[in-house]
Amino acid sequence: MTIASVTQLICFVALSLTLVVGSLGVVLLPNIVYSAFLLAGVFLSVAGLYLMLNASFVAAAQVLVYVGAVNVLILFAIMLVNKKEEMAEIPGLLLRRVLSGAVCLGLFLLILRVDLTTPWAVPGPAPLADDSALLIGIHLFSDYLLPFELASVLLLMAMIGAIVLARRDVFSSDVITGEPADQGLLEKERTPLLLESTAGETTLLEKV
Amino acid sequence: MPATSFDIPLQAYLVLAAILFCTGVWGLINSRNAVRVLMSIELMLNAVNINLMAFSSYIDGQQIRGQVFTIFVITVAAAEAAVGLAILLSLYRNRETVDMERFNLLRW
Repeated sequence: MTIASVTQLICFVALSLTLVVGSLGVVLLPNIVYSAFLLAGVFLSVAGLYLMLNASFVAAAQVLVYVGAVNVLILFAIMLVNKKEEMAEIPGLLLRRVLSGAVCLGLFLLILRVDLTTPWAVPGPAPLADDSALLIGIHLFSDYLLPFELASVLLLMAMIGAIVLARRDVFSSDVITGEPADQGLLEKERTPLLLESTAGETTLLEKV
Repeated sequence: MPATSFDIPLQAYLVLAAILFCTGVWGLINSRNAVRVLMSIELMLNAVNINLMAFSSYIDGQQIRGQVFTIFVITVAAAEAAVGLAILLSLYRNRETVDMERFNLLRW
């Protein structure tokens, strides 16, 4: 065993331990803020795994998009829906958890069997070392041009859709039928989303 | 030859992705907070990405088509997160809860 392979093994074990423990924390911890920060750790360790697979460009994209954008978006969502609420008890919750755990374990065993018994065609051709970004660019502008353009349209649609879904203004009359709008919705528009605990100071949201 | 000796077998990455995927499925079924459901979906998408990247590096080393697919999956995941959280905000504004058990508008 050379020192390079030992280093590779240590990196893989550390990254996979972070990944497994972090993902269990994401689904099991009661405090959702801890879950969100653990999710960032999971994303970062996945990026480390990509680096071990000679994919520096995708690792950078993973850090930028997942940690930089998606995780921040999730943190904002947690901040906006932070009302403490008591979840009502459900009868048979433990039974449901055990049953779904058994189903997931069965799924895991099935995937494990496929993973370990299929004769994969390894080793394939020797991987590229540092030219992966170059080759991804060539792919994106030659044989994957149509999916690339469709992805840009998809991102534009998602951006407009997110703005339309999350905006707060309610029209006084229905756009399609012209009838007066539901007054309950108009009332709800006035309640501020971020509830301020101190009554004295007016928040920015209330002024707007 | 760069560092491509591959001392770690391909199956290690696949098993790791399977663990991550099943954790995500369990969280998706059992979470009562709607934000946590979205986080579980992200976990499952990441598991799929690990599979794609492992196959791309071990089997398709000269063409790396799996990396291109991973880029597309990351794009779709970003769009999904944005729209999902916007739907969640709109739902929270109307129902004033994030409890998945109370989003039963389609139950008859």
